[in-house]
Amino acid sequence: MKGKKMASSFTRILSSKRNVGILSVVGGSVTAAFLFKREHVSAGGVPVRRIYPASAEYPDLRKHNNCMASHLTPAIYAKLCDKATPNGFTLDQAIQTGVDNPGHPFIKTVGMVAGDEESYEVFGDLLDPVITERHNGYDPRTMKHPTDLDASKIHSGQFDERYVLSSRVRTGRSIRGLSLPPACTRAERREVERVVIDALSGLKGDLTGRYYSLTQMTEKEQQQLIDDHFLFDKPVSPLLTCSGMARDWPDARGIWHNNEKTFLIWVNEEDHTRVISMEKGGNMKRVFERFCRGLKEVERLIQERGWEFMWNERLGYILTCPSNLGTGLRAGVHVKLPLLSKDPRFSKILDNLRLQKRGTGGVDTAAVGGTFDISNLDRLGHSEVQLVQTVIDGVNYLVECEKKLEKGQDIKVPPPIKQFK
Amino acid sequence: MPFGNTHNQMKMNYSAEQEYPDLSKHNNHMAKVLTPAIYDRLRSKQTPSGFTLDDVIQTGVDNPGHPFIMTVGCVAGDEETYEVFKELLDPVIEDRHGGYKPSDKHKTDLNPDNLKGGDDLDPNYVLSSRVRTGRSIRGFCLPPHCSRGERRMVEKLSNEALDSLTGDLKGKYYALKNMTDAEQQQLIDDHFLFDKPVSPLLLASGMARDWPDARGIWHNDNKTFLVWVNEEDHLRVISMQKGGNMKEVFNRFCTGLTKIESLFKEKGHEFMWNEHLGYVLTCPSNLGTGLRAGVHMKLPNMSKHAKFEEVLKRLRLQKRGTGGVDTAAVGGVFDISNADRLGFSEVELVQMVVDGVKLLTEMEKRLEKGQSIDDLIPAQK
Repeated sequence: MKGKKMASSFTRILSSKRNVGILSVVGGSVTAAFLFKREHVSAGGVPVRRIYPASAEYPDLRKHNNCMASHLTPAIYAKLCDKATPNGFTLDQAIQTGVDNPGHPFIKTVGMVAGDEESYEVFGDLLDPVITERHNGYDPRTMKHPTDLDASKIHSGQFDERYVLSSRVRTGRSIRGLSLPPACTRAERREVERVVIDALSGLKGDLTGRYYSLTQMTEKEQQQLIDDHFLFDKPVSPLLTCSGMARDWPDARGIWHNNEKTFLIWVNEEDHTRVISMEKGGNMKRVFERFCRGLKEVERLIQERGWEFMWNERLGYILTCPSNLGTGLRAGVHVKLPLLSKDPRFSKILDNLRLQKRGTGGVDTAAVGGTFDISNLDRLGHSEVQLVQTVIDGVNYLVECEKKLEKGQDIKVPPPIKQFK
Repeated sequence: MPFGNTHNQMKMNYSAEQEYPDLSKHNNHMAKVLTPAIYDRLRSKQTPSGFTLDDVIQTGVDNPGHPFIMTVGCVAGDEETYEVFKELLDPVIEDRHGGYKPSDKHKTDLNPDNLKGGDDLDPNYVLSSRVRTGRSIRGFCLPPHCSRGERRMVEKLSNEALDSLTGDLKGKYYALKNMTDAEQQQLIDDHFLFDKPVSPLLLASGMARDWPDARGIWHNDNKTFLVWVNEEDHLRVISMQKGGNMKEVFNRFCTGLTKIESLFKEKGHEFMWNEHLGYVLTCPSNLGTGLRAGVHMKLPNMSKHAKFEEVLKRLRLQKRGTGGVDTAAVGGVFDISNADRLGFSEVELVQMVVDGVKLLTEMEKRLEKGQSIDDLIPAQK
């Protein structure tokens, strides 16, 4: 799969499973006799309704603070607003979440999503600078993203379990040829579900498991999934709902997990799939090893059936949110750092180690009892192996600091890890 | 959300059965009417502006039901929606509006002189009186579907019309995005300010996109005539005042509306209206008159009476809490208004409210004295 080049912007990879028919018929389904005032046919063949000039449609972003707002100039808007991807996804749809959610003064959100793989091409004039800003200088126009899922390269991946309570690695994968959650039709979403659970049913050994559809789960199953902390809810964050990804909830959404409850897949939440490997304790190497093995096996199983993941050399794995491009990987631990977290140098240490902290409820939560969720900051431009190693080295360092502080010794702020630029 | 239109051709690659929504747990008007066969026939269509069947029904798919009321579950994105998707919307309208048939004609009557009485609702019981409706500007897409450019044009045209009002209707526009803190506080204190909708029924339809761009509130200096711009409809027009003089409220309502309409016409614009559906609005529940005339009134005894709901039903009235739809009554004070919108004229509906409120007041007084109200129970209107 990695040898294949991604199709050029305005042709589609027509997989044997898709019957893409009439991309070019414009007027066929319009029942009224009169046309739009100004009809622009995108290169993909889908008419984009345009009654007013771009200047009248340009969003008011004066109170906004997100990556989209930082880069969407009136000129770029005018250039892109009449375009649509071959599926018909438009710029206005891509940016809607960023228009509707001005942002937080301190946290800079991305402010736009992709509706399909081609979005990253068709709206590249906006997405490329957004990606560069979000991913610390990675330039998708000139750089290549390394993919490496060889877990044997990991070293020192067993943490001190007096400090590290649990270890987890997550990523996402999209099925090439099907639209992403902001844009998919119900049939496409159901097809994603079908393709994925069909493949997952082929998993064996410690990966054997089963699927729980959100529409059909029993109360008992639901309670168990809640107790296991596996169940995901309909999103309430306006950042997500404004993008359209929660439409038709809970149709074609579900959770798959292996019998051992160490490998879990979310279907059709913010991405086609979110893949999670986790366990209690500090054996990050084993968590990552299962992660890689599981991912590769799932990939093999979908390829057997004529499907593949969305991936290309410049952006790595393609996901809904530009922030998750590349590896889409967040490797993290829940770790007790009661002393270090009170040290004024804590933030700087994390920064230099390329780590971020969250509360133990995940993003947007606060830490409880000195226990933090510590994970990698980066997603794109570094391979999976590199990022996991970064987390391992970083967390080991943090635990060492905590131990030193316990003994009343002083700690050092480590030098910053080299970034590409 | 209006994501259906650009996608419509792609959807045709899948069969109707593959795209048909799962409505097995749903209880709204759309879900009661939509069948796979209807879906199949309508899904390839779109209105001239590109609004599709999936756009129409998205809110009903996303919101299976409401604990207190039977929701409509579909919206219009433009005036033509009601024509292109009539196979779905006519039965929804019939179900929602008491058997209103596709061949029926709707009467519009905004002559306040035709209202009998209404200036004498007992202020010991009736705390305030209010009449509201909506209006849509022909040629522009409705809130679920409009682009930012269209929405701004609706705001601009509305402003121009409202700016020209004189006399006791003279007033000022407050754009949501330009409001000062002081203005905002005043509007909140006056109970005029509307917020970004939080109800998933509204959000799922796409009407809250780009908030607060091109949204605002206009009101006259006397604070008795108020217009909301680009909330759930292009315009919501409200006449209100404390006390029980519904006649005065309705007078002002009619005068104001008629004046606004002629100001639009001067500029070459008209309201969406036709003789079958009356005034065309975003939600099918607001077709016809789009009118809700109501009072806040004290009914602590009546509301506890076993026949309260039955009496309201016979009077063709409905109760709500004083926070509006989706709220509960507080301290025995209820919002009592007409249940109908379509198939009755404005005058007829306000008359029902006036007559009904008088009767409810009578009943409340009797119950206060411990007397029976059996002889007052009305026949079904």
